[in-house]
Amino acid sequence: MSLDLDLASLEQEHGLENSVLPFLRQDRIPHIWCPGCGIGTTVNCFCRALGDSGLDLDQVAIVSGIGCTGRTAGYLNLDSFHTTHGRAIPFATGLKLANPRLKVVVYSGDGDLSAIGGNHLMHAARRNMDIMVVCVNNFTYGMTGGQVAPTTPTGPTQTTMPFGNFESPFNLPFLADACGAVYVARWTVYHVRQLAKAMREGLQKKGFVFIEALAPCPTLYSRRNRLGDGVDQVKYYKERSSVRNGADTKEVGLTFQGDIVVGKFVDRERPTWMDSMNNHYNKVLGDTFTTYGAAHDQD
Amino acid sequence: METEAILQADPKGVLTGVHFIDGDHAACEGALAAGCRFVAGYPITPSTEIVERFAYRIPAVGGVFIQMEDELAASMTIQGAVWGGQKVMNVTSGPGLSLMMEHLGYAFITETPCVWVDVQRGGPSTGLPTGPAQADLMQIKWGSHGDFEVIALCPNSPQECFDLMIRAFNLTETWRVPVFLMMDEVVGHMTERVDIPPAAEIEVVERKWTRKSPAEYRAYGTTPEDMVPEMIKAGDGYRVHVTGLTHDDRGYPDLTPAAQDKLVKRLVNKIRLNADRIVDIREDQVEGADVVVVSFGITSRVALAAIEAARALGVKVGSARLVVIWPFPTTRIREIARTAKAFIVPELNMGQIAPEVERAVAGAARVVGLPHAGGTVHEVETILDAIMEAAR
Repeated sequence: MSLDLDLASLEQEHGLENSVLPFLRQDRIPHIWCPGCGIGTTVNCFCRALGDSGLDLDQVAIVSGIGCTGRTAGYLNLDSFHTTHGRAIPFATGLKLANPRLKVVVYSGDGDLSAIGGNHLMHAARRNMDIMVVCVNNFTYGMTGGQVAPTTPTGPTQTTMPFGNFESPFNLPFLADACGAVYVARWTVYHVRQLAKAMREGLQKKGFVFIEALAPCPTLYSRRNRLGDGVDQVKYYKERSSVRNGADTKEVGLTFQGDIVVGKFVDRERPTWMDSMNNHYNKVLGDTFTTYGAAHDQD
Repeated sequence: METEAILQADPKGVLTGVHFIDGDHAACEGALAAGCRFVAGYPITPSTEIVERFAYRIPAVGGVFIQMEDELAASMTIQGAVWGGQKVMNVTSGPGLSLMMEHLGYAFITETPCVWVDVQRGGPSTGLPTGPAQADLMQIKWGSHGDFEVIALCPNSPQECFDLMIRAFNLTETWRVPVFLMMDEVVGHMTERVDIPPAAEIEVVERKWTRKSPAEYRAYGTTPEDMVPEMIKAGDGYRVHVTGLTHDDRGYPDLTPAAQDKLVKRLVNKIRLNADRIVDIREDQVEGADVVVVSFGITSRVALAAIEAARALGVKVGSARLVVIWPFPTTRIREIARTAKAFIVPELNMGQIAPEVERAVAGAARVVGLPHAGGTVHEVETILDAIMEAAR
């Protein structure tokens, strides 16, 4: 079914200005996300961050894995890659190293990035690969119908935890911090300005950036656990979040409907993988080595 | 396809001269000569020497080697690098290849040109890490889910590891399918003379870059005459979308039976309908032969000794060596079956190519399979006995 929406003419007709439209592939709208889903809000923030970043959009590529958030790449008017489940980070690694002039963004969900793709998240952070990772965390596997995720808090019911989740969830900012990410932040879809600002900072930062965006899944997580609709979840984010920039990431773990610590937790400098390679080979190989990526910068 | 750009090799990657090196190292030199400047690897016996040499050589040639955290990462990182504009190689052996199967399918559906090297060892599972086998031939043909058509080359010497690696790179750029170099532990580890010609004598097929403007360009636009789409790389301003989902000619997901029919038929037909341009079967005294030995890889060298012994005993025996295993040379084998009485098929597996020969022969001649579980090569006498028995 296609709604055949012509957003540009709607905009004109009603005298509205939508500053996000130019960043989207308008021929792919409407999107597949449910009413009340938070992913679209994060994409709105990302589009604003792209606009504010001053980057040449021809030099920005977006890579997604599989899942609801994994569909993001397909809606953005950038060079966009919808890869396999869990492997967005490896694909982004190859893309960035093959063409170092690109700004490469990985945009995917919590299950894709921290379960099936968890190994790659750890190692890309360890290497300080120069990519930005946006992890939309809705605490569940949405695309497949609401199964337990490594981020599901202890307690709530999921289709594969029908009597409530008895596992402990990942604290994703702590994981990214411990593995060596140079920028780590968490915001919710209530904090749209802060999230957009974090994404802008992430786009301008060199090195491995990890931004967690908490977002409601009303269809599968909220409804199953009697948490209301998308708006009710955003109210929860508003009421229970506290901003603590620079917080110790060890202390920012999440509990079921409990307090949420948001903020920019980590912002530090460390040589990227490519800088380390170039510096090392220049030192040990001398004249036999030509700095890699230099040719790309001169184009 | 007919208009593919053929260039001379970049001399920076070509180690011109006479070398005494093993097949793994020769394969690496072939990749460098063909223009490969990016490898993301994960160590696994008996393929590791290929990436070790690449890691050692690439800083001076100019490119990247990165050792990944696992084979899943390696087989996807190389594909990201292709869309960043590089020529790439994926190197592994049995257990690693099994892990990479999903990404083999991703390369087929996204039409990402890349060379895959499998230095075959005994299986299943961890099997015989340091012993040869030729038992992954069906895995590369059928191992990733869904329908696709693979190209696979099978070298029988270090020299061929070099030569066929260059052809593998050229084929992958021409057809935009992953192309396999199916080595085995013996070919990988045997050391022989390898002649590397001057760069000017090495033909390298350039990627099929589009000349269209972003407004005209369709990422997966093809015609019935040219079923291989033109390519771009990220950063060229084309704003392409690439997905593992079934897609239309813009690359956009289209999850309809009609789109599936169009895409999958094109993906298999671009190889099936052009198989005669890809196959490579090397024949010796096949005309008038009563018995023909069909062999490939290291097994072809054992078979040669048996063939010579049989000829010395007065048997009319021919040799048909499959340098290209996939697509299978069905038409030619069927022609040979009009005159030959019997085919002997020695292989280091429990019967993967013999049934293919039977299918091609379609009852017109006897087909005798000589399966071997691997770990070593056939005894010459085993093949000789089979030839003598069939000739009787």
